[in-house]
Amino acid sequence: MTCTEFLKILDDVIDESIAVETRTEIEAHLRKCGHCEVVLNTTRKTIEIFRCHEIYEVPTEVSERLHSAIMERCKKAK
Amino acid sequence: MSTIQPIAGQDEQHPDVALVAQVRAGDVAAYDTLVRKYERQIFRIAQHITQNREDAEDVMQDAFLKAYEKLDQFQGNSKFYTWLVRIAVNESLMRLRKRRTGKLVSMDEDVQTDEGSVPRDFADWAPNPEQNYTQAELAEILKKTIQGLPQGFRVVFVLRDVEGLSTEETAETLGLSVPAVKSRLLRARLQLRERLTRYFGRKAPAIAQAGAAPRGDGAEA
Repeated sequence: MTCTEFLKILDDVIDESIAVETRTEIEAHLRKCGHCEVVLNTTRKTIEIFRCHEIYEVPTEVSERLHSAIMERCKKAK
Repeated sequence: MSTIQPIAGQDEQHPDVALVAQVRAGDVAAYDTLVRKYERQIFRIAQHITQNREDAEDVMQDAFLKAYEKLDQFQGNSKFYTWLVRIAVNESLMRLRKRRTGKLVSMDEDVQTDEGSVPRDFADWAPNPEQNYTQAELAEILKKTIQGLPQGFRVVFVLRDVEGLSTEETAETLGLSVPAVKSRLLRARLQLRERLTRYFGRKAPAIAQAGAAPRGDGAEA
């Protein structure tokens, strides 16, 4: 497996939708290619960081105000 | 492909189905439950697309109201959440269009770029690189990083990786093909990785360097 071939299936590797037979090839490639290993690990970490940290935090009072406004408008709508 | 994740709830009924039925029967309190369940996600998605707090607040309200009014048109062959996200995405794009005084805004904007599709920076990251920053600094870094992505990549990344929609749901929501979603997702992930390496890479902490360029020992003194 080449680096280009690895990159093409990087998403499938991350999403764990890889056939068993391809997995062996991937592991072999990662053992000899430090760059691809770094790309895989840091891409995984990238996703994890964005998933775990809410960038756009809504303060409770804003959330409550918006929630009330929505329900008020819905009640009027019908 | 032996380990494709099973699609949850294909056979059993999703809890939203009962809530939607109750709302249709006139139970507004059931809608209250649905709003509470998804309001944060919808706000975040709107904020990611519009990049504007006021717009995101408006989009969130309008999307929930529209979903309520159009609930009779909801077919039930997709999840309520996916349907709601689609409404919110459309509302967000409309809002952007207004801001840009009618200029066409689409999911295809700037996606022709090849920037970042091939990794260049192979510096490894520290084990928990985010711990080197305060919460506020980290939020700023993540905001700046994701805002730099082309719109069409950013939305795919947010829906698929942050909000946890499946590839198929993301495609359905955005009116894109599955291969288009996959290709955008890969490039979004790689571009974000590349940008975050500037901050998290072992070699070069970007913030530390910003104000304090390394000096030669005693060169000026």
